[in-house]
Amino acid sequence: MTKRIVVDPITRIEGHLRIEVIVDENNVIQDAFSSSTLFRGLETIIKNRDPRDAGFIAQRICGVCTYSHYKAGITAVENALGITPPLNALLVRSLMNIALFLHDHVVHFYTLHGLDWCDITSALKADPAKAAKIAFKYTDYPLAVGEDELKAVQKRVTDFVKQGALGPFNNGYWGHKTYHFSPEQNLIVLSHYLKLLEIQREAAKMTAIFGAKQPHPQSLTVGGVTSVMDILDPSRLAEWKFKFEKVKDFVDRAYYPDLVMAGIIFKDEQSVTKGCGLRNFIAYEEILLAKDKNLLSTGVVLNGDLSKVHPIDENLIKEEVTHSWYQYENTKEIELQPYDGQTNPKYTGFKEGQSIGPEGKPINTKLLDLKGKYSWIKSPRYNGVPMEVGPLASVVVGLASKNPYITEVATKFLKDTGLPLEALFSTLGRTAARCIEAKVIVDNGLKTLDSLIENLKSDKQTCAPYVIDKDKEYKGRYIGQVPRGMLSHWVRIKNGVVENYQAVVPSTWNAGPRDAKGQKGPYEMSLIGTKVADITKPLEIIRTIHSFDPCIACSVHMMDVKGNKIGEYKVDPAFARI
Amino acid sequence: MQKSDKGDNQLFKQISTRLERLSKLDAHNPNKNLDEEFHKKGIDRRDFMKWASAMTATLALPASFAPLTAKAAEIANRLPVIWLHMAECTGCSESLLRTEDPSIDSIIFDYINLEYHETIMAAAGYQAEQNLENAINKHKGNYILMVEGGIPQGTEYFLTIGAEGDTGAEKCRHAAEGAAAIFAIGTCSSFGGVQAAYPNPSNAKPLSKIINKPIINVPGCPPSEKNIVGNVMYFIMFGTLPALDAYNRPTWAYGHRIHDLCERRGHFDAGEFVQQFGDQNAQNGYCLYKMGCKGPYTFNNCSKLRFNSHTSWPIQAGHGCIGCSEPNFWDTMSPFEEPIGNKMFHTAYDGIGADKTANTIGTVILAATAVGIAAHAVVSSLVKNKDEQ
Repeated sequence: MTKRIVVDPITRIEGHLRIEVIVDENNVIQDAFSSSTLFRGLETIIKNRDPRDAGFIAQRICGVCTYSHYKAGITAVENALGITPPLNALLVRSLMNIALFLHDHVVHFYTLHGLDWCDITSALKADPAKAAKIAFKYTDYPLAVGEDELKAVQKRVTDFVKQGALGPFNNGYWGHKTYHFSPEQNLIVLSHYLKLLEIQREAAKMTAIFGAKQPHPQSLTVGGVTSVMDILDPSRLAEWKFKFEKVKDFVDRAYYPDLVMAGIIFKDEQSVTKGCGLRNFIAYEEILLAKDKNLLSTGVVLNGDLSKVHPIDENLIKEEVTHSWYQYENTKEIELQPYDGQTNPKYTGFKEGQSIGPEGKPINTKLLDLKGKYSWIKSPRYNGVPMEVGPLASVVVGLASKNPYITEVATKFLKDTGLPLEALFSTLGRTAARCIEAKVIVDNGLKTLDSLIENLKSDKQTCAPYVIDKDKEYKGRYIGQVPRGMLSHWVRIKNGVVENYQAVVPSTWNAGPRDAKGQKGPYEMSLIGTKVADITKPLEIIRTIHSFDPCIACSVHMMDVKGNKIGEYKVDPAFARI
Repeated sequence: MQKSDKGDNQLFKQISTRLERLSKLDAHNPNKNLDEEFHKKGIDRRDFMKWASAMTATLALPASFAPLTAKAAEIANRLPVIWLHMAECTGCSESLLRTEDPSIDSIIFDYINLEYHETIMAAAGYQAEQNLENAINKHKGNYILMVEGGIPQGTEYFLTIGAEGDTGAEKCRHAAEGAAAIFAIGTCSSFGGVQAAYPNPSNAKPLSKIINKPIINVPGCPPSEKNIVGNVMYFIMFGTLPALDAYNRPTWAYGHRIHDLCERRGHFDAGEFVQQFGDQNAQNGYCLYKMGCKGPYTFNNCSKLRFNSHTSWPIQAGHGCIGCSEPNFWDTMSPFEEPIGNKMFHTAYDGIGADKTANTIGTVILAATAVGIAAHAVVSSLVKNKDEQ
């Protein structure tokens, strides 16, 4: 007898996400469905506007990966116009990117994902003196885990719990069977959780130094960057460096050791090690260290075969909408390349059915229509097959292409934890890969700053000139690696305005529904086979989903129907809610 | 002067009474002592008073009010907060997370009872929904509701939340019923925001179109961390809505134009303009008006408070203001890198100003800008003449 479990909202993510799974009599997940429940339509809004504005609107796709879409929108237009910004501008953009990668990864692990691994109520029972000693097992220089600091943290949280005002910690899955840290280890992570609140502000300021603010920086322009005064100011460069060192310190002395600890302690927890199902990965180069030299690698790895890395053919990136709340019109194609993509909403709503309620008994409820359309996210495919993107893809592609920076850190991580290479292909591996990527960046990020300083000695250019000819047609794209994985923006320009715009974002690749052939995306594949210990508290589900770092507003987008005049846009009454 | 002092005294008394009353409410954390709490977190009383003074100045209150601000922070834990996410990018929540001066995030963590906030809360699914219901019932009439994001109207199915597929609009209406005060955080919730820009494919609307209760708009894309936290402080102290402009924005934060306190204002008045991003004038920090700066048309305190604990703001970073705290700015202020003076005036405010008398303001702004540009022309021609000689 199968049962349906519904988790909505999935919290501690960006955006609105619903997960439904079907479990068998042993509570093992047989099938899984990922649905985004929000539609915004930003790409339609970009259309018919000044191409110089595209980056500013695209940026509002997401306030978490706030810089990623800004840079992508600006770069896609530059690519269309055939211009390359001066090296100073490229390096400064890279400094801002480094800041965002570090910010995103540490915030993700502690604020968004940490509570899936760390049971804070258990930390209250810890012996701080013992915990302070245990911290040395995972690094020689632990951060924020001295006995006195841990005592203070413990007292603070104990008081909090005693007074019954748990605020954001209320009603978590505390005491769940799949929490495995000892009270002392939980206390270590909890202390880092609090420390991170301070560190993330510093990481955000790194972006703001050259970017005006974070979220939503405002210093990129088609052709380059505008913060020329900050770039030419040595005190600003030093400010960036100082904050970089602070964040690096946190990664080296808290984040990395905590992941090593998790790797060792959770190595026998089936729900995080059972394997990710889908083993196709795609990643793109990024983080400019010096002229024409990137830190991260490009390529495709299929079926987890690390002996081969395939080059990316951009024309093979396509999207389809069989199970998405959209429909294609005036075409026989079932999947479209982003330059020619279209997205017409076709909402079909929920169905009535039964699922497991909060008390563990079946209740009548709304359910996704599994045979029909069930998500506002499309299904991107590469050469017709689904791919996982993200730090795990970046690490896998890096290993397959023998990227020295990635190989060094990944090898060290496996050695420090005693995990086999195979362990990377899992929920645990995905979470670890994010830390590996962060470590690769803190180990090498200053090379970008050094390159900038060297270049500034002889070159003060920050913007390249360009002309947008109203009589010419342009098309261009950005493809790159951002904290959540491979991102691409595609633009066509005609009559001096944007004719077409589309973003294929990391969470679309990972969170999309199945396609016409029934091929499931990474979220869905990663859940299948997982045993849920308590069907009223599906911690295993949210832990695996969080390991992808979902960014759902990013992945929901639309383009206008080909040939449809924008002024005549109408919402079809047939979409009326069921 | 005397009159103003008298007014201040009255205000001081009013706030004191309000705080007195608030402090008699049932505490959520009755055993808490702020001094001890700060001490535990390594914040001494002096740092805290420094923060209170800064916040007092931010709220445009006389410095003598600082002890009241401090007192307000001390009892802030008595006010539960429910934060709802609608059609948005989460940038406003991210902005809130960056608050400092000192460690304001830990102050919020401990002294505002954040009952529901999807980005931070541990609970998910049914447990999360229970948290919301419990908070609404337990704190009826006493909680602050903060809403981030635009809300689809009519086409409500573009956003559903929860196992039962409730729409975002339904969640807002439900939570608004028992709220003591409602804040629309960010331009999306205040005015519809980016998804409501033409042609508004999801029919996104501001919160004010979804519910029938007074709303304080805190626009900005995103609003600075100070403007989010400052408004909570205001409510705690006054117990009423702050003075608002025609767009329901608190005048303490949105009472002045970006242009009024801009660090590049001197260059504007002297007619010194950046002509192209990256040029010598850009390196010298000249005025960005000709690069499309919307500072003269935008009401906000960015030029005073900046972002990320005063790290920077768009004009410091050499890019013009895009007008992100104004209604419909995505449609009226674009293209963002071209001066609005090059367009017909009525596009800027859609015919109305930022306050009731402001439909004349725009003309004044343009006149002032013309003066600046004329000055520039004069200076340029002088230089040119000099060169010719």
